[in-house]
Amino acid sequence: MELKSRVPSAPVAEMWDRHKFEMKLVNPANKRKYTVIVVGTGLAGASAAASMSELGYQVKAFCFQDSPRRAHSIAAQGGINAAKNYPNDGDSVWRLFYDTVKGGDFRAREANVYRLAQVSVNIIDQCVAQGVPFAREYGGMLANRSFGGAQVSRTFYARGQTGQQLLLGAYQALEKEIARGGVTMFPRTEMLDLIVIDGRARGIVARDLVTGTVSSHLADAVVLGTGGYGNVFFLSTNAKGSNVTAAWRAHKRGAAFANPCFTQIHPTCIPVSGDHQSKLTLMSESLRNDGRVWVPKKAGDTRPPNQIPEAERDYYLERKYPSFGNLSPRDIASRAAKEVCDEGRGVGPGGRGVYLDFADAIKRLGADQIAERYGNLFEMYERITAENPYRVPMRIYPAVHYTMGGLWVDYNLMSTIPGLHVIGEANFSDHGANRLGASALMQGLADGYFVLPLTIGDYLGSNKLEPVTLDHPEVRATEAAVAGRTSTLLSIRGHRTVTSIHRELGKLMWEYCGMARTADGLRHALQEIPKLRDEFWHDVTVPGTGAELNQSLEHAGRVADFLELAELMCVDALHREESCGGHFRVEHQTADGEALRDDERFAYVAAWEYKGEGQAPVLHKEPLEFENVHLATRSYK
Amino acid sequence: MNLTLHVWRQPAAGAAGKFERYEARDVSPEMSFLEMLDVVNEGLIAAGQAPIAFDHDCREGICGMCGMMISGAAHGPMKMTTTCQLHMRSFKDGDELWLEPWRARAFTVVRDLVVDRSAFDRIIQAGGFVSVNTGSPQDANAIPIGKQEADEAMDAAACIGCGACVAACPNGSASLFTAAKISHLGLLPQGQPERYRRALRMVAQMDLEHFGGCTLFGECQEACPKGISIDFIARMNRDYLRAAATAREERAVGGTG
Amino acid sequence: MRWLVELYRSTIGKKIIMAVTGLIGIAFVFLHMVGNLQVFIGQNKFDAYAALLHGPLAELLWVARAVLIAAVLLHVLMAWQLTRRARAARPVDYRMREAQVSTLASRTMRWGGVLLLVFIVFHILHFTVGAIDPAGVFHDTDALGRHDIYGDVVASFRIWWVSGFYLLAMAFLGLHLFHGAWSSLRTLGVARPSDHPLHRRIAAAVAIAVWLGFTLVPLGVIAGIVH
Repeated sequence: MELKSRVPSAPVAEMWDRHKFEMKLVNPANKRKYTVIVVGTGLAGASAAASMSELGYQVKAFCFQDSPRRAHSIAAQGGINAAKNYPNDGDSVWRLFYDTVKGGDFRAREANVYRLAQVSVNIIDQCVAQGVPFAREYGGMLANRSFGGAQVSRTFYARGQTGQQLLLGAYQALEKEIARGGVTMFPRTEMLDLIVIDGRARGIVARDLVTGTVSSHLADAVVLGTGGYGNVFFLSTNAKGSNVTAAWRAHKRGAAFANPCFTQIHPTCIPVSGDHQSKLTLMSESLRNDGRVWVPKKAGDTRPPNQIPEAERDYYLERKYPSFGNLSPRDIASRAAKEVCDEGRGVGPGGRGVYLDFADAIKRLGADQIAERYGNLFEMYERITAENPYRVPMRIYPAVHYTMGGLWVDYNLMSTIPGLHVIGEANFSDHGANRLGASALMQGLADGYFVLPLTIGDYLGSNKLEPVTLDHPEVRATEAAVAGRTSTLLSIRGHRTVTSIHRELGKLMWEYCGMARTADGLRHALQEIPKLRDEFWHDVTVPGTGAELNQSLEHAGRVADFLELAELMCVDALHREESCGGHFRVEHQTADGEALRDDERFAYVAAWEYKGEGQAPVLHKEPLEFENVHLATRSYK
Repeated sequence: MNLTLHVWRQPAAGAAGKFERYEARDVSPEMSFLEMLDVVNEGLIAAGQAPIAFDHDCREGICGMCGMMISGAAHGPMKMTTTCQLHMRSFKDGDELWLEPWRARAFTVVRDLVVDRSAFDRIIQAGGFVSVNTGSPQDANAIPIGKQEADEAMDAAACIGCGACVAACPNGSASLFTAAKISHLGLLPQGQPERYRRALRMVAQMDLEHFGGCTLFGECQEACPKGISIDFIARMNRDYLRAAATAREERAVGGTG
Repeated sequence: MRWLVELYRSTIGKKIIMAVTGLIGIAFVFLHMVGNLQVFIGQNKFDAYAALLHGPLAELLWVARAVLIAAVLLHVLMAWQLTRRARAARPVDYRMREAQVSTLASRTMRWGGVLLLVFIVFHILHFTVGAIDPAGVFHDTDALGRHDIYGDVVASFRIWWVSGFYLLAMAFLGLHLFHGAWSSLRTLGVARPSDHPLHRRIAAAVAIAVWLGFTLVPLGVIAGIVH
């Protein structure tokens, strides 16, 4: 396997323009002769499907939900970054590029990040033209806010529902194209394998989740916009259905998986309330603009928060990071919370929580002002916890939120399987080892609206694809593999439920491959995961049949893939003997507990090749060169 | 606490269904409603029975996938709350709950509490968009939009398409859903060129899907987890009336030269 | 004209027809109610009012009757079609569905409407045509030789079931207007956006005024004020 990044040779600021010119084009009259499959209809998938259909390609779009509008992009609260510089505070494409590379702790590819920053401005124009109701000032201009510790105000937002509004914009564009006949939509249909013929991605095998029918869909190219794999931890802010299956099956068919250990833990989530917990709910990061984070100074202090005097409180973020304080980046704030809880100073049931206190802000600004800023978030918190944050400090704890790792892609967003393109969170490309707030929406839409619809033409225009039919032996073989797997899952009839194994896997991953990782812990996990996988394949129970709506079967297939991915994540985390971004290796830290990067040995993308069952994955390195943003230690002190 | 559940069980669309009785034991008030059902399902699976099928995804009240009638109220007893964000502290020990799927001719039951809401997608396909292709539109700030209009459009755009409005409506009407999209786009300058065409087409599709008519009971607004106001229905009617009165037949003007 | 057909076919169009015909009805019952209250001035005034309507204003009255009959027919036809449509929209009903905010008025629009239709027919046969003449005084004349509608009102409302039916119908009319006056304006889209769209002060005032105005007449007879 060779990793050809296909980064154009030009100064970074000119790369995309030059590449756009150099790419092969498909004649407008010929576009309708090409079929492209898009799996996933979140921001990336829906925008790509709609945009390609507008260009004239025949698109088949798939999602496992009942409607493309449900994809989990919808849950993003805070906003979307764009280098518009409307507030005149010195923002530019270059600064957004710089911030993203630095924020990613120098583990992203400069060329991709620069392009992301470049097209960010087009995204806002496009979305406004679609009717996305971004927040406005009284004068009618778009409102901006600063977000996630950025020094400029470049975040556009629609109340606390930015993801929803952007997704509905893309969804509406998609529905427009469905009505026009350019896109055929397959809702409640899950991709279960990738069809590779002569080394090229030529289709997918998918299961109709209502009838259980497994069928193949052929195309000239396949696009995965299937999101991240945070649910490997069982508890995460992802939707319950979010899964790695499409990406993992593609990996097993030859697509390299890059940086799987780079996961983002979001610092402000509502803590776990008991063993029944099924998912975690994020509270927008914007709360840290006015809330102060603290824990009692004394371990095991069980007094109610209002009875702990000021002198006995530890505002640890303000203490450790005086210049960024409560606004420290996500990875740093999360790790700090874990540390104080490990010291026994955590609050709430189980001691896994810290206070986010608005008492000072309410005193300073008044409850009305706070209600105006965070009213809906406070209500949501109260709905879930039955505590009123105007009176009692909120309790928060970090939770898995986003995965920077994903399938490796080149500058054209194509994976190591020709014809298989990967967009949005499902690829690894733009965020390095840590993603900045309000950048996920930006990347999903950049890939879907402005990058992929162009680069896919380069692939289609420069390759002669032989026609394939459904009776091709490779299609039959892939279908048979899917059917075999399904019948195996249904025939085990053991004693353990899928959920119980998933929960156990999650605990293992959270403990040993979560916020702080050690070589010993990872080795332990690498022993335990295969055992659990073995138990799954021998003792899981999946009721019902494959020829009906069977949610347990869906879940079982996804957990089976998580059980394999988990191992690769630990392998990757163990091999990366440095701390960077979301990956913190306890052995590699500075004297005062900060992440210690090792650019000499690890300034590369770790892309793993699947070698078959029971075989160790093979590491391929894509060296990262930083010609424009100079390697430096992130410091938020 | 312990609860008794009467759940609508139906193996597939078109199959006969009936209520089954289940006991939910040791329910913690901290659980969400769906977590309570998760626990019941774990018990059913362990006992070798088919778990209760219900739609859900984000579990944070925004994707619109979940929803069921809980003892006669869409999304249960708590206002402005989806089923996934409803917590068990809203109930008390010994409660007997009836769980039913959304019922409407347009929403066929797929299985148990899962229904098919694709009619909503088709209503959007009829015109719930601005016909703008991806490309290089004008700068975002070239269209000033007053804060009030933007806020009002956002109020309408907040719809999550869960279907509670239809489920709660004694007429099985989809007016609130349709009105929300017509209003969201109709309030914004970007939506003006297609405003009346959109109203005509979306209403026509809504009728084609066999939803009932609106008699302004107000139940939809109460059931809506996003608090979308029936004011938007008045707005839709206004746009529709104007559209019907002024619409001209669409012409295909040829001649590309 | 195609647009009228389109409008007629759509659910919103049908509702608009109901709203317009309903507003015509409201205007009528309001005038009718004001006219009726003249009964408290006395027999002379009341019979003179009736004679005015049937004499100099007879042509106008027939125009009004034609409009009203058309309005009632359309109103009923649309209600019937929309009700059937609503039934069809939920072929399998809930075992349990609790009304959350819908008013008694809105929930009695259909059956109350049927009752009102029966009442209207009865009322016309009773006081206009005289085909039903419970008191047996329809053909009497007053001292000036005019049709003695005053005497008919007094005699009829002294019969318990006549006044009972009348009072019941007026209660339903009040309910019908409480919902109808409010919803017809919303259906026509003339309502202003409000933070509490379910509040309906004007509709409440109209409903109470009409109900009270009509109800006072039989009450006045029963109480002996009108005799």
